[in-house]
Amino acid sequence: MAERSESEEVKLLGMWASPFSRRIEIALTLKGVSYEFSEEDITNKSSLLLQLNPVYKMIPVLVHNGKPISESLVILEYIDETWRDNPILPQDPYEKAMARFWAKFVDEQIYVTAMKVVGKIGEERDAVVEATRDLLMFLEKELVGKDFFGGRSLGFVDIVATLVAFWLMRTEEIVGVKVVPVDKFPEIHRWVKNLLGNDVIKKCIPPEDEHLQYIRARMEKLNVKSA
Amino acid sequence: MATDDVKLIGSWASVFVMRARIALHLKSISYEFLQETFGSKSELLLKSNPVHKKMPVLIHADKPVCESNIIVQYIDEAWTSSGPSILPSHPYDRAIARFWAAYIDDQWFISLRSILTAQGEEEKNAAIAQVEERTEILEKAFIDCSKGKPFFNGDHIGYLDIALGSFLGWWRVVELDANHKFLDETKAPSLAKWAERFCDDPAVKPIMPEITKLAEFARKLFPKPQA
Repeated sequence: MAERSESEEVKLLGMWASPFSRRIEIALTLKGVSYEFSEEDITNKSSLLLQLNPVYKMIPVLVHNGKPISESLVILEYIDETWRDNPILPQDPYEKAMARFWAKFVDEQIYVTAMKVVGKIGEERDAVVEATRDLLMFLEKELVGKDFFGGRSLGFVDIVATLVAFWLMRTEEIVGVKVVPVDKFPEIHRWVKNLLGNDVIKKCIPPEDEHLQYIRARMEKLNVKSA
Repeated sequence: MATDDVKLIGSWASVFVMRARIALHLKSISYEFLQETFGSKSELLLKSNPVHKKMPVLIHADKPVCESNIIVQYIDEAWTSSGPSILPSHPYDRAIARFWAAYIDDQWFISLRSILTAQGEEEKNAAIAQVEERTEILEKAFIDCSKGKPFFNGDHIGYLDIALGSFLGWWRVVELDANHKFLDETKAPSLAKWAERFCDDPAVKPIMPEITKLAEFARKLFPKPQA
């Protein structure tokens, strides 16, 4: 009897506006893996989520044949190792190490620093914007001569860095600060255009209008001044 | 095997450097250990890790790899024919190992460090309580991962053993400084026994720093405020 393919029973607990959840959807879609999406209300977490990710109680959580995996970078590597079509990580050990390095950099440095822009004003905000730009300059340099971080096609770092393209850069409008101006970051802007030319990306990122509305509403709740 | 040009920038006292060294020892890779002088950063370090300016940096055939857990995975993937596998072979087990390694760095280590940087008794006790809590979580993780075998990785030390085990010297220093035992037979029996086995491993024993030497170094790094 032929074995059923590994792609049976794939469930993703996620949230439509979360960059960490969307990156998993991008990876699964790139690989042609069918999955059941379960939208979590992060203000009222389900007992399933709490049971499947007791350590962090956060989305995304991938459940494959009943076994849960948490932490988006860990999930992405699991997906790449389990479903071998359209590889996300490079084969070469050095290139792989560099991809892991940049992905970690996006999540631990850029994301953490950029988040601080929200809720700050004046000089304090200027300092955070400056710090974010310094970090983004590393990504800018990485993109020189490449269509994507992954080279000619989308890869691990591109998927992770959608956080910059469709969250950080979308927030600019609302927060009223051009953190990533095109004159300073022409490569990043070119890369975003390349991303938008990709069908999987277009399908998997949150729809712009609803997304902006959601971000505005959240900021108002946090009593943040917008432009 | 081939004398690949392998250099490691680091320090005898660093937990993160130790991870790289254990991995190199496991794979029987000869390397040049370039020790940094305490209090200053070498040209080579700044050039090889311009993003973080931190150790360890593995330089293999002139190509730098940064971030300890990324280095360990690189070593495992670049030298597949020598020594045991450092990461488990099944994608799910790999995901679990990566999850806990990230937890150790992002959650557990942060609270351990807080004990050393705590200002006053109250802050110190809060940090101690947090380490107790997180160690309990790791005790359960050990039981789940080891499945009755001697190490997180099974019969031999692996990625997760290295991730946590490299802290054992510093953990002991913190216990002595705080006058509080974490790794004891009543609170964390499995981890306590595992710790002994880990320190006895031939790939670890020659590298694990002497506790008195480390404690002396800790006093330099975390000076007590003058009375």
